[in-house]
Order: sequence, then C-alpha cells, then structure tokens
Amino acid sequence: MEMLQVDMMLILEKLLLIGGIITFSLVIAMYTTYAERKVAAVMQDRVGPNRAGPFGLLQPLADGLKLFFKEEIIPLTSNKLLFVMGPALSMVTAMLTSAVIPWGSSIHIFGREVSLQIADVNIGILYVFGVVSLGVYGIMIGGWSSNNKFSLIAAVRGASQIISYELAMGLSLIALLMMTGSLSMKTIVEQQMSGGWGGFLGWNVLYQPLGFLIFLICVFAECNRTPFDLPEAENELNFGYHQEYSSMKLGFYLFAEYVNMFISSAVVSTLFFGGYDIPFVNEATLALSWGDNIVAMLGFVSLFSKIAFFLFLFMWVRWTIPRFRYDQLMDLGWKKLIPLALANMIITAIVILWFNK
Amino acid sequence: MPVAELLFWFLTGLSLFGALMVVFSKNPVHSVLWLIVVFFAISGHYILMNAQFLAIVNLIVYAGAIMVLFLFVIMLMNMNTESEPQKNRWLRLAAIVSGGSLLLILVAALKDNKGSISGVSDLEGGIGLIQNLGKVLFTDYVIPFEISSVLFLSAMVGAVILGRKESANLKS
Repeated sequence: MEMLQVDMMLILEKLLLIGGIITFSLVIAMYTTYAERKVAAVMQDRVGPNRAGPFGLLQPLADGLKLFFKEEIIPLTSNKLLFVMGPALSMVTAMLTSAVIPWGSSIHIFGREVSLQIADVNIGILYVFGVVSLGVYGIMIGGWSSNNKFSLIAAVRGASQIISYELAMGLSLIALLMMTGSLSMKTIVEQQMSGGWGGFLGWNVLYQPLGFLIFLICVFAECNRTPFDLPEAENELNFGYHQEYSSMKLGFYLFAEYVNMFISSAVVSTLFFGGYDIPFVNEATLALSWGDNIVAMLGFVSLFSKIAFFLFLFMWVRWTIPRFRYDQLMDLGWKKLIPLALANMIITAIVILWFNK
Repeated sequence: MPVAELLFWFLTGLSLFGALMVVFSKNPVHSVLWLIVVFFAISGHYILMNAQFLAIVNLIVYAGAIMVLFLFVIMLMNMNTESEPQKNRWLRLAAIVSGGSLLLILVAALKDNKGSISGVSDLEGGIGLIQNLGKVLFTDYVIPFEISSVLFLSAMVGAVILGRKESANLKS
C-alpha cells in the first residue's frame, strides 16, 4: 500500500475530533431549543416546558422523537430529489464551518500533541465566507422544489437577504483583517492572547467596536433570526420556505438554524472576543504549574461561556425586537451597513498607516 | 505523490462528468446544480496546485453568488420543456455545425501548442498563497488590477441606470 503514505494516527485523531465536534454541536443545538423556550417563557412571564423530566430537561428529546414519528409527506408535484436534498444541504452547510474554528489550544495524549482544531488552514476566514455563501442553497432548493408559491417567495427572500448581508459582513471583517494581517483563525486567537491583562487588552472588540457591531447584525441576518426572520414570517408567508416539509426533514431545517446560531456565536467569539483566551489569566504561566491539558480544557470552557452568552443574546433579541419590513431590511443592509463598514475600513487603514510611520 | 494523483483523477472525472450533466440535463435547475458541482471540482484542482485563495474565491464568487442569481432567474421564470418554444430543425443543425467547427478550431489550435503550456507542479510553489498573490497584485500588476475594478464599477453604475430608467418613466 504505497499509495496511502499518510499518518494513520493523524487520520484517526482528526476523525475522532470531527465526530466529537459534530456530536457536541448537535447536542448544544438541541439544548439551545430548550433554552430558547425557557428564555421566551421568562420574558413573557410564563413557566415554559416543565413536564418532560426534571425542569423539562428531556423536552428536546421528546421533540426530536415526535418529529421522527410523524408521517413523512412528499408533495406529489414537488421535485422529489431536490426536495430531500434541501434540508440535508442546510444541515451540512451549517456544520461545515466548525472545521476551521479553534476550539482550544493543543492537548497532549499518549505523547502526541493534538490540536483542538480540525484544520488550521491559512485562509480560515475566507473558508467561513465560502460556506456561508453556500448556505443559501439549502433554503433556495427547499423552497423551489416544494412547488408552493409561499415557499418560493420565502426562498427568494431568504436568498436575497443572505446575499445582501454577506457584503457588509465581508467589509466589516476586512478592517479586522488589516489589523491582524492573517486569515488563519488560530493566528488571530493567538494574537489576541498576547495582549495585556492576560489577553483581555488584545481582544479585537476593543479595537473594532464598529466592525463588531456590523458583523453581529449581519450574523443575525445570516441566521434568519428575528428581527431578520423574513424568510419564515408566519403572518405573511404561512410558514416560510419549509411549509411543505414534515417529519424529520422539517426538523432538519429548524435544527440547522440552531446549529447555525451555535457556530456563528463561536465565530464571533473567536474573531472578536479572544476565542479560547481566558481573560485576566496568563495561560503560559498557568500551564507551567497546572499542565497543558487542564489549561486547554479551561480555555475551552472560556470559549464555551462566550458562546453561551451570544446564544443568549440571540434569544434576548428575538423576544425583544419586532420583525423588519422587507424594504427596511434592504435599506439597512445596503444604505446603512455597507457605507458604515466602508468608512470603518478606511478609518482603520488610515490609523494603521499613521502608527506604522 | 500518489494521493495527490488519486485526487487529481477523481476531481478530473467529477468535473468532466458534471460538465456533461450540465449540458444533458433536461431541467435547467438541475443544470445549474451540476454547474456548482463543476465549480467545486475546479476549486479542488486549485487546492491541489496550492492556490487556496483562488480556490475559495472561486467558490464564494461563482458557486456562492453568481450561481444563486442564475437559480433566481431560472426559478422565477419556471422554465420547462413544455412551455419553452422549440427551436426549428434548421436552427439546430446550424448550431451543431457552428459548435462542431469551434471545437475543431480549438483542438487544432491547442494540438501544436505543447511548448507554451507549462506544466503545473502539484502542491508546490507559493504564488497561489494569499500573501504572495496580494503582493504581486498590488505591485507588479497594480494598473491592470485597478483598471479592471473601474470596469466593474462602470458595469455596476450602468446596471443602476438601466434599472432606474423604467421607474422614472412610470412616474412622469
């Protein structure tokens, strides 16, 4: 077998990591649905799910089971192959981004150094953009192949929304990239960790507050979350692009939204909030006394608490702000966010040039 | 590099098969989706040549933006074989003859041209990496680069003017 001259251990390690991260994000997404209902309940002065298990903790499992046991209906006039492909694509594109996110520094097991990142490619952020731009297809294919005018309108809405906000998202990140000078997510995190106060002063959000705000708004739009949930505006479009779907295919669409939320929270925390950096703690000196593995685990916990905060922010906004009208959405994207992002880019460039002199 | 070679042949097969399916699919939406598969295969080739930036930009621009607009148009027009007007037989014959002669000319032109096509070394050379590409674009090729961006800007302005004209007429 001279054909496969590759490190089998590396493949095994990466496979385990991929499996672990996929399982992890699915479980988190599952419990995000639970958290969302609890948060909504608190905000509306209700109790929320509390029947299944202690505090209703088994509710997501019950929901999943219900979706699996529902009758699966494929509309007669739909395009069958594409109808099945839609939700699958949605799910795949939601998961793909997790490959370039550094989930922690490296740990040592059996004398091997294992990096807690699936692929440290030097075009990490561009990869994220690539996957985001492909996320449209799940919605478009699903909406079109259902052969229902409401689904089609919703799909077209969703696609044009995602394309519009992608521009502002890219422009807001260019300013960040001019500062870091690297597209690799790992390098960006390491640069932030080297700042003062145990890394806290290195966080990009302190230098790019406007860029962060624009990026956050665009992330909300890309995830189709309120106030940008026009593709599934119930009172205008019945149910949106997944109207004809039933059973677990509907579940996939709904679930992909939560996976997307989780992954984009991870991207925001990584780019702007130091990733797995523990604020006010110098990891390198801590690693000397406690060992690498424990510090890596603590870093992961730190990243995870940042992600949890952003997930909460998603819910908070959803139950606070009403939905935009469609023309307002386009106005915000094209006439406000893009000029703002451009201005931010130019100001950043000028400041960088000034200090380099 | 056997693994790279294996990948190369797989991607080549995939891109050729996808390209053929683009032409042979009856449903235009399927054609567009096959075209996306072709773009993925081509991006794979770019990665094999260590041109990661080109690979991912190819995906973002072509698969992510242009093909979405194609899908938009096709989905909204809802084309299918029954409603589309069929071209007459002479027109088809003329298309076959002209397409065939184009193929002939292309093959003839490329056949004797082996010397000028330099081979690409797989997974080597750093010109495709983003730092080097950016430096080359903004130093050696800065004028063509800027001119092409002005060209895009003029196309954009033209599109806006064409789009506005109609609504202005409606108002007056």
